[in-house]
Amino acid sequence: MILNGLFEQELKSINIGLVSFRDALKDAGYECVQVDWAPPAGGDEDVMAALAALGL
Amino acid sequence: MPVKGLKKTGEYFDSVTLMLVARSLTEMEGVEEATVVMGTAENKQILAASGLLLDEFKDATDTDLLIAGKAPDEATAGSVIARAEELLIESKQKKASAGEHLPRSIEGAVDELSGANMVLISVAGRYAGDVAMEALEKGLHVLLFSDNVSIEKEKELKEFGREKGLLVMGPDCGTAIINGAPLCFANVVKQGKIGIVAASGTGLQEVSCIIGNQGEGISQAIGTGGRDVKKDIGGIMFLEGIKALAADGATEVIVLVSKPPSPEVLASVGETIKDISKPVVAILIGGDPKVMEAAGALAARDLERAGLIAVALARGEDPAGIEKALAARSEEIKKQASAEAGKMKEGQKYLRGLFSGGTLCDETQLMFKDSLGPVYSPAPIDPDFKLDDIWKSRENTVVDLGEDEFTVGRPHPMIDFLLRKKRIVEEAKDPEVAVILLDVVLGYGSNMAPGEELAGPIREAKKLAADSGRHLAVICSITGTHKDPQSRKKVEKELKEAGAIVMETNAAASELTVAIVKIRGGK
Repeated sequence: MILNGLFEQELKSINIGLVSFRDALKDAGYECVQVDWAPPAGGDEDVMAALAALGL
Repeated sequence: MPVKGLKKTGEYFDSVTLMLVARSLTEMEGVEEATVVMGTAENKQILAASGLLLDEFKDATDTDLLIAGKAPDEATAGSVIARAEELLIESKQKKASAGEHLPRSIEGAVDELSGANMVLISVAGRYAGDVAMEALEKGLHVLLFSDNVSIEKEKELKEFGREKGLLVMGPDCGTAIINGAPLCFANVVKQGKIGIVAASGTGLQEVSCIIGNQGEGISQAIGTGGRDVKKDIGGIMFLEGIKALAADGATEVIVLVSKPPSPEVLASVGETIKDISKPVVAILIGGDPKVMEAAGALAARDLERAGLIAVALARGEDPAGIEKALAARSEEIKKQASAEAGKMKEGQKYLRGLFSGGTLCDETQLMFKDSLGPVYSPAPIDPDFKLDDIWKSRENTVVDLGEDEFTVGRPHPMIDFLLRKKRIVEEAKDPEVAVILLDVVLGYGSNMAPGEELAGPIREAKKLAADSGRHLAVICSITGTHKDPQSRKKVEKELKEAGAIVMETNAAASELTVAIVKIRGGK
């Protein structure tokens, strides 16, 4: 099956980042869900490194 | 001068939103400087350099929002904060309508959208790779718009994607059309028989628009990001894309668009297309077409020809007829060039090309090199022609304003026209300039009113020249279709009314420019 059958399916997208990309898809008639994304662990690089070191 | 600031903990906004808010704040009356950024280490350094790093900002992290304003009096500086908060609330309202709850993870989004199959990612590069891997692990295809993802991560993602039968488009993939859906910076082109695999975003847009404007359609347009065809990645997704289109029942003609791939990748592409029974058209901008031809592909000289050849093949026509039609157009272009050049004043001889699309900029450079010799650029074909100062043109110059050095702290020039508008007027002051060449890229994601944006500076530039007895030619190409949200027809009308010459493709606009510069003795 080509790309797990992607070309035979209806395109349904999840958008993480610029909201205008979701709006464009919706405007063009395609389903798209926006994720309210924020950097992991509050983006604190020391905390992220510590979590990675703990295998989390 | 007083500086007022506010730190808001746990508030996250994307960089484009923040840049647009900061732009509005800077335009407030009496405000000297204003900024709204997330509290990353990099941003704090930038704030420190401009004297805006207040004490309360020093321990901020990536999820803290920092707002600062500098003005001659405290009240004005303070008004920046209030206005910033209003603008940010407005942007939040655009993100989610009242009462709507947005999922906070891919998992949550999958629960909400049954049958989800694609994830678009445009978060900061240092997070984007991990987000993409999470999506792939959940069996979702990925379009990674973000850049600044390491090459090691790109390889890991693409190898994993290939193994699982998943597309990994990007990093730095600006556009794709999948199952008819325009993704990121894509144009509205009807569905049809022609499939595209492209390692070049604006290349994909230009070819798909040419196909659409000729009345044909796109089955799939798969973007890979420019680095895919380099040795380190080995063309993983470019090759997977070709195989997918070869096996796709709706695709009858395949078009490959790329800057020159590494020799190894080129050889693999050649091997892959040898076994494909469908016609393959290849445009490798600046690359040697021989390998493609040896493998049985039709190598096109420019993006326009690639699109037209694909259209002819999709209709079962002989592509040889295209050259005849283009030769007739060249005669028209020569006449037009001679009429324009005849109105110019002595000393006017050079081109200034101000681009928002990198591949279009490359195409123009190549057309110049083939006819008149190399042109100056921040990224020239001939290293001897590198501009010393990217902000200052000399002789024949083309710049891609989408290059990283121009986009620090501001949105891409397809969204934000400010830089280009200023530069159009600057270039017009130079008495040696004969032509200002512009690409106008329409489609989702791009600026919604490019004709209105450019009309003012085009008029101003032409008036500046006319006031000193010069005739300045402003030549625009439009990459877009009539179905794009901006409407090609409307944009074309606005540009023409402002005094610009509008050509149907970048190749045609470049041909006219070359012809004028040649007559004017610009090399």
